[in-house]
Amino acid sequence: MTGALFNIFIFPGVLFIAAFGLAAEYIDRKLCAMLQNRVGPPWFQPVADFIKLAAKEDVIPQHADSGVFKMMPIIAMTSIITAFVYIPMWSTQALFAFKGDLVVVLYLLTIPTLTYFLGGWYSRSVFSMIGAVRSVTQLFAYEIPLFLSILAPAMLADTWSLSGMSQYYNGHPWAILFNVVGFVIAIVSLMGKLEKVPFDIPEAETEIVAGAFTEYSGRLLALFRLAIDMELVIGASLLAAVFLPFGLHLGPWAGFGLYIVKVLFVIALVSLLRTVFARLRIDQMISFCWKVVAPIAFIQFIADLIIKGIHS
Amino acid sequence: MPEREVKIPIGPQHPALKEPESFLITLRGEKITDMTVRLGYNHRGIEKACEQRTYIQDMYLVERVCGICSHSHSTCFIQAVEEIAGLEVPKRAIYIRTLIAELERIHSHLLWLGVAGHEIGFDTLLMYTWRDREAVMDILALLTGNRVNYGINTIGGVRRDITPDQIPQILTAIDTLEERTKYYVKVGTEEITLRERLSGVGKLSKEDAIHLGATGPTARASGVDRDTRRDDPYGAYGLLQFEVITDDHCDVYGRTLVRLGELMESYKLVRQILRQLPEGQIMVKAPRKISAGQAISRYEAPRGEDVHYVKANGTEKPERVKLRAPTLANVQVVAHMLKDGYLADTPIVIAAIDPCFSCTDRAVSIMDSNNGQAGTMDWPALRSYSIEWYRKQGTDFSELNRKFRILMESE
Amino acid sequence: MFRPGKMISQVLGSLFKKPATSKYPFVKKAMPKNFRGKLRFYPEKCIGCRMCMRDCPSGAITIRTVGEKKFEAEIDLAKCIYCGQCVDSCPKKALESTPEFELAQLDEGKLKVVFSAEPGNDTKTKT
Repeated sequence: MTGALFNIFIFPGVLFIAAFGLAAEYIDRKLCAMLQNRVGPPWFQPVADFIKLAAKEDVIPQHADSGVFKMMPIIAMTSIITAFVYIPMWSTQALFAFKGDLVVVLYLLTIPTLTYFLGGWYSRSVFSMIGAVRSVTQLFAYEIPLFLSILAPAMLADTWSLSGMSQYYNGHPWAILFNVVGFVIAIVSLMGKLEKVPFDIPEAETEIVAGAFTEYSGRLLALFRLAIDMELVIGASLLAAVFLPFGLHLGPWAGFGLYIVKVLFVIALVSLLRTVFARLRIDQMISFCWKVVAPIAFIQFIADLIIKGIHS
Repeated sequence: MPEREVKIPIGPQHPALKEPESFLITLRGEKITDMTVRLGYNHRGIEKACEQRTYIQDMYLVERVCGICSHSHSTCFIQAVEEIAGLEVPKRAIYIRTLIAELERIHSHLLWLGVAGHEIGFDTLLMYTWRDREAVMDILALLTGNRVNYGINTIGGVRRDITPDQIPQILTAIDTLEERTKYYVKVGTEEITLRERLSGVGKLSKEDAIHLGATGPTARASGVDRDTRRDDPYGAYGLLQFEVITDDHCDVYGRTLVRLGELMESYKLVRQILRQLPEGQIMVKAPRKISAGQAISRYEAPRGEDVHYVKANGTEKPERVKLRAPTLANVQVVAHMLKDGYLADTPIVIAAIDPCFSCTDRAVSIMDSNNGQAGTMDWPALRSYSIEWYRKQGTDFSELNRKFRILMESE
Repeated sequence: MFRPGKMISQVLGSLFKKPATSKYPFVKKAMPKNFRGKLRFYPEKCIGCRMCMRDCPSGAITIRTVGEKKFEAEIDLAKCIYCGQCVDSCPKKALESTPEFELAQLDEGKLKVVFSAEPGNDTKTKT
């Protein structure tokens, strides 16, 4: 019992993910700065931001629905942390596993986007409502490619469980190469989910101030930002678990180090792509996702189907 | 089911705007159905302040109308004053003024590239162009003594000379910048997300550009071939070779190309000026009292055509100074360009006219809110109107009058 | 020809270059010698003609007579626009611009700088 509580709250639970999230935010910002030929923030910047925001007063707009307004950051964080316990990190077995937990993880990772929508909608401010609507519109664009690209390797491994997939790929390392295209598509869709440039349309600073987060301030904003950082780490962990499942039998310490390297690799890719593109308009993004990204994800799916048919 | 119409305020305070103006947009979904523009948030009473200072003091005041096009306003004003006074400015001074003008154009267009990149979410372009702009700022600090608000003009010439050891430094900086600008031209034409965001946005046909009075790169991108440097040469432009860049795209992408082309032309102009720089004095002595007369002076600022009118009446202080900045002419086309556009295009369309709202807010029209009639008021009428208004509000003037008397007696 | 991510080669190259920004205030950048920063007044050269006061656009400089042919100058750093017109107007070159530009203060009294008639006795006093 205490073992489970330790796992959930300390490691690899809330505290570990929070710390890793803040470190990942630092690495993302520092890498972005170095790519833009700047110095960048010091290592304690995300912690300082969190403490500063948490020390300020929460201002809730008069017409906003105060209950929903306050619950949204907490629901976002909860769903993200719950998704984390099913992702295998440094061994083929995640903290908890059962058949079909891949679907549960994908479902839990959709909830944060809904919390951004609800938080923005119930803020009753014009900018928040536009940001909230854009958030959900963007959901329609990147969800299908993300699901397809993650379900393709699952289908090749013949199981809907993430731990089961890790075991399969650990036994057949060459099968990872079949999913490279899926990896590229998953990175693009992940950038849509995390709302990073070129897909940071729901939070376009120069158009709608801060999108769904416009009216948030103080502790609620600190929790929302922490939730976004955690989403970055967990999205990267999911991609590392699905597309880079090698070296999982090396034991706890080496496996942990390899896990950190894999997650940092994914985060570095996201940071690099963030610096070389401009922001797209929402209609351009939807047409791009549906005309280019989704067909390629579909092709990857069919390819894995064919390979599975040939193999068995 | 028709979507509800929402009114969004872009401004006066908004992350997209660098200076306060009010654009009230009516949205249906993501499409803009209507837009109203309100100016005046930056009105500082500069024209009135000019009437109460001498010409030498006015020079510095007019220069501080705007930070980016400060030399434009200063030179335009000085040209008008020198024309009224009938001064013959030495050739070397004219060349130096033109050199600083072209350096200012370079710095302004690089700044615009960065700002446009920021408005469409391309922060990398912002960081890179502003890093390159530091080269120009350092050269300007070396030549004039300040990075903005150069203060190089004086009535009758310029205040500082260019020494021979500064010339190689200028040329090295120009060479570096030219290479970087060629790279930005490639990025602008080949980077697919930039093309997607800038093309087809903010369309302005040639007839509309002429009809609505657009000037500068905004008009030249719609094919209107007007440039004050060539049509009405001032400074040294009559003696220099350069091309006027026009484009037929009629949208924000065309304006980007026009400004990039003007950057390349500016580099050529700077090199020509440094080659042809004549020897001689840098200023002539100017009288303190300017004889009666009036003059209009036109200047091609980085944003468009800048017009100054000065009326002198034989004293040390001008009687009337009027400035018409280019943004005042260009801001009227914004509402036209954004009709049936997307909300996401609003920041880049506003940024594409290169707005400088500090320059813009000059004219004030007084409207009677009861019947919507517009009119003008002169200074005594405005003063008595405001005293009357406060009296109606119940303000007691006796305390104020007592303090005012004490203040006057202590001076 | 459209190339997505056109800037990627430059961006990756920046990883190996020195950053263009510097860690101010630990690393300071010097301005050129003739930068128009804070003014400096030489009382021994001043003849009290007050041309500087006449030409100052913002009324930042005040010359006061403190003795027989002795003058002191008070410069308000908040009003001064650092244009250097007083430097040009002075017939005896008693004023010059120094490259010092870090003049921000929390204490408003420190913004009025007095160059008193005994040279080497510059004080920052409240008036």
